[in-house]
Amino acid sequence: MGSDKPMGLAKRIIPCLDVDNGRVVKGIRFVDIRDAGDPVEVARRYDEEGADELTFLDITASSDDRETMVHVVEQVAGEVFIPLTVGGGIRTLEDIRRLLNAGADKVGINTAAVFNPEFVRQAAERFGSQCIVVAIDAKQVNGPGEAARWEIFTHGGRKPTGIDAVEWARRMVRYGAGEILLTSMDRDGTRQGFDLALTRTISEAVSVPVIASGGVGTLEHLAEGIIQGKADAVLAASIFHFAEYTIQEAKQYMAQQGIEVRLL
Amino acid sequence: MSSVAVIDYGMGNLHSIAKALLRVGGSTQVWVTADEKKILQADRVVFPGVGAIRDCMQALRRLGLDRVIEEVAGTKPLLGICLGLQALLEESEEGGGVPCLGLFPGAVVRFSEPLTDADGAVLKIPHMGWNGVFQSAGHPLWSGIPQGSRFYFVHSYYAEPAAANHVAATTNYPQPFACALARDNIFAVQFHPEKSQSVGLRLLENFAAWDGLNVT
Repeated sequence: MGSDKPMGLAKRIIPCLDVDNGRVVKGIRFVDIRDAGDPVEVARRYDEEGADELTFLDITASSDDRETMVHVVEQVAGEVFIPLTVGGGIRTLEDIRRLLNAGADKVGINTAAVFNPEFVRQAAERFGSQCIVVAIDAKQVNGPGEAARWEIFTHGGRKPTGIDAVEWARRMVRYGAGEILLTSMDRDGTRQGFDLALTRTISEAVSVPVIASGGVGTLEHLAEGIIQGKADAVLAASIFHFAEYTIQEAKQYMAQQGIEVRLL
Repeated sequence: MSSVAVIDYGMGNLHSIAKALLRVGGSTQVWVTADEKKILQADRVVFPGVGAIRDCMQALRRLGLDRVIEEVAGTKPLLGICLGLQALLEESEEGGGVPCLGLFPGAVVRFSEPLTDADGAVLKIPHMGWNGVFQSAGHPLWSGIPQGSRFYFVHSYYAEPAAANHVAATTNYPQPFACALARDNIFAVQFHPEKSQSVGLRLLENFAAWDGLNVT
């Protein structure tokens, strides 16, 4: 850091793991790991590398298999002592209760919030804002030459809702969201970097922490998300999964850019 | 064989605390319980909690656990975590004002908004993530934990103890606040040791071995 500022809150790096029916999917790089699809082994490795939190996204198609995620959380929480967030398919207070009891610290609510905003209010009242993360998938909708504007999309970015992203973020915080996980659907999967204008606009519009997501392809992108996007945390999947960078390398790079991070 | 009771009054993630204690406690038995007899029988007691302080105090009183905690506080090592720290003060300003257990003189207050650092940058509320913990004085629970180690926090309210000698550590956000309190056989932390990786596990290990004497 090199400045004379007293130590303060570190910006967080959060790897995101897709879990399908209890198995980590998408290629994972760890060649020396016994079972690259085992959520406990992958979580343990990221923890050792210095991940500040872990996010599990349950992409299981069948709701019959949701119980599997509860067991995954139980196993990981018994081995890895950093915060765990679970998202994907959370629709009822009972879903949340079971994940928290299994050892999750936060749950991510996405589609259910769009279709039933009161669900966020009920969840925050029942379990506390600290464990309610509202996931926002946004896409830029203004025409050329117009002021930048983003809308909420559902179904993996395919269905517009007509809801303004900034208004929505503010409303979700009023309803009790303790954190916003913001994904640019324009950038997701492109490896071209975060939508920095979107990230900054949302981060400056709400009082709670914002996690930037969608588009990370390089370490520079992570630092930009914090410095220019004003995000409080950055979430990434592929750059950590595919042997490109370790979390430790990402943190060292960010520290060189003057960002306060937790170094082991 | 020694035992730790983790007080279960329906407020928060007790699974992680129990697992962390099992990991570091050697042969220590870990009981997650609301049973008064078990809590009073245990060698050490952890008082955790997340959520709203009003719900917390209501649940404690309904289950008669407020009296149990007061009794524990006079007899054996007690570790308050997060809301379990805040509930030990006299009152909290959360939710229009809630009387608490009063085991430490002082009150619980909210970070004032807007909160900005020395450069004018806005600091988010809740205070969420890894921040440095600066030990104010030696204590057996800090054994082996370097000054300035980062622990995981998530909270919007913090304790303002009336007695400076009850402050066991401070954290900057941006002003220093009391992130750990200690007196006699009571220790309490605003952060989550069960979510703070190796330094957090070390603190829990120290607690599992603590005889309740506040000397180093």
